[in-house]
Amino acid sequence: MTDVIEREEARKSKKGMANKKNGGAPDSSDELTLRRDLLRSMLLQRRFEERCAEAYALGKIGGFCHLYIGQEAISAGTMSILRPDDYIVTSYRDHGQALARGMTPRAVMAELFGRVDGCSKGKGGSMHLFDKSVGFLGGHGIVGGHIPLAAGVAWAIKYRKGDQVCVCFFGEAAVNIGAFHEALNMASLWNLPAVFVIENNRYGMGTAISRATANEDVQARAAAYRMDGESVDAQDVFAVRDAMGRAVELARKEGRPTLIEMRTFRFMGHSMSDAASGTYRSKEELEESMKRDPILLLHDRMRSEGQLSDGEFAKLDEEQKAIVQDAWDFADASPEPPLENLMTDVLVDTTS
Amino acid sequence: MAVLTYRDALTQALREELSRDDRVFLMGEEVAQYNGAYKVSKGLLDEFGPMRIVDTPITELGFAGIGVGSAMVGLRPIIEFMTWNFALLALDQVVNAAAKMLYMSGGQFPMPMVFRGPNGSALQLSAQHSQAWESWLAHIPGLKVITPGTPADAKGLLKSAIRDDNPVVFLEGEMLYNTKGEVPEGEYTIPIGKAEVKRQGSDCSIITHGKMVLVAMQVADTLAKENISVDVVDLRTVRPMDVEAIAQSVQKTNRAVVLEEGWEICGMGAQVVDFIQRECFDDLDAPVIRVHQADAPMPYAKNLERAAKADAPKAIAAVKKVMYLG
Repeated sequence: MTDVIEREEARKSKKGMANKKNGGAPDSSDELTLRRDLLRSMLLQRRFEERCAEAYALGKIGGFCHLYIGQEAISAGTMSILRPDDYIVTSYRDHGQALARGMTPRAVMAELFGRVDGCSKGKGGSMHLFDKSVGFLGGHGIVGGHIPLAAGVAWAIKYRKGDQVCVCFFGEAAVNIGAFHEALNMASLWNLPAVFVIENNRYGMGTAISRATANEDVQARAAAYRMDGESVDAQDVFAVRDAMGRAVELARKEGRPTLIEMRTFRFMGHSMSDAASGTYRSKEELEESMKRDPILLLHDRMRSEGQLSDGEFAKLDEEQKAIVQDAWDFADASPEPPLENLMTDVLVDTTS
Repeated sequence: MAVLTYRDALTQALREELSRDDRVFLMGEEVAQYNGAYKVSKGLLDEFGPMRIVDTPITELGFAGIGVGSAMVGLRPIIEFMTWNFALLALDQVVNAAAKMLYMSGGQFPMPMVFRGPNGSALQLSAQHSQAWESWLAHIPGLKVITPGTPADAKGLLKSAIRDDNPVVFLEGEMLYNTKGEVPEGEYTIPIGKAEVKRQGSDCSIITHGKMVLVAMQVADTLAKENISVDVVDLRTVRPMDVEAIAQSVQKTNRAVVLEEGWEICGMGAQVVDFIQRECFDDLDAPVIRVHQADAPMPYAKNLERAAKADAPKAIAAVKKVMYLG
């Protein structure tokens, strides 16, 4: 952990406490609303995925299921910066991002349950959440394979002379795959409005970053592509917002991409098949990381600043649990896809 | 009708479709300033500018993915691979992304795009540059796979491919670019998935596609002198495959040879034979014979290369064998 702390200190001294604007005491009710929204988003993701684990154990969710628990500040902070007409392309650890972007818990849970009312009609599952209406372009299952797609979306924005931004999420293990390098090179070469977000949870499946990546300072890869790079303590939702705010503005106004390392932790295993600790990471390491739970950090801060009573927190939490229960009930009641859907959506029968 | 090269027919198709729809763009290595490695995009940069005719770094996986991403939000990319041998690096984008996006998104994201470039062997390019990929690509649901053998088909089918709202793999014959043929004047398209009987015959069917269509026509000419009448069925599209056209021909001739450029095992011919045995079991007067490349990587030496390739003498021998003349 020493290197992480050192890098964090270096970042602070270099940039100053740049997050004062968003992270300091709120000066308006808008700021308070923002904080509540961020907390609400993170709580919804957390409660939703806790029930996912339960549903998986019950056999209601099958296949692979990768939980995002511990990383929620990245999705909540990022989505709070984006406009409705921006785009998101992500990997298979996508539930939290989908919810934070505004996909309905019902549609996401029904997809996980393999039901016809799922966002992808039960054909995609956990790894392939899509919702065109909110610019959520998947949910992709091949590590790094979706990074060029994000560059392509950004290419299309430039092609149409638009001012949207495409944000691409992937894990730190993806920085070693060719697709990452090919996409970043072209994004910079062609001035594409993209933000590439490395969610560094320190483990690619069960392989620690130190065992996989020669230079653990993964944001340093940005320099190879003449791109701005940044490393962020991503358990702090305000730090996420600050970094994303800068990157999104740079993309929107100047068409320049950024690579951001979001330093985070996943509190669960890679998928449902591995224990949270005991094999490739120690119990002590996990417990240490959980002290920096992004929800607790925001909750503590709001409580200490008198913005949220324990009663209000409990109420907010209960509301999210109720939303998740509703999503569960909806998914449970949704029919399985009719068998004729097996052969639909293979091709469209239209031309243009 | 005008006589054009296969290359010029393709260029015409690109020019017409780029003019027709400003969502269409061409992207690939050397397509713009260099005018294309095989000159298919000659002159298009000057006409359409650098946002529509886009040179890329040598990064097949990356620019194929850029195409997929741009198609997700409504553009209509034409991704050129300098050859399909290099496209192997991009197959994740073709197979895992383009072919499956519509399905795994529950119908939300069609992929109106074309992956095109030269396919198959040329002359003495040896193992890594002499491969026919259609059976690999035709295996994948969610793709359409086109293998034009003539200039007229190349133009009409490329225009259809660009207008199609699905991902289309368009395999051009590397040795066909300089071949000439009559091409209809003015606007026309050819439907994807329809075979064409290139020559009517009554004694034996040759079912083929792509570059091998020319070989089949030579075979038919040669055998005509021996009073053997060959029906040449050009599949033109190998996915979806025109099973009806195959069946009609075999029901007429009762004998079939399947001629393809690629290797035997799991090749296109295996699929054609499967259709024939199901649709025409009672019509056959002889087992169906396949003609294909030798089951080895392509050698460099002229004599070995000649021995490896499917060609007219091998196809003639096959026709005679199914006619019990050999």
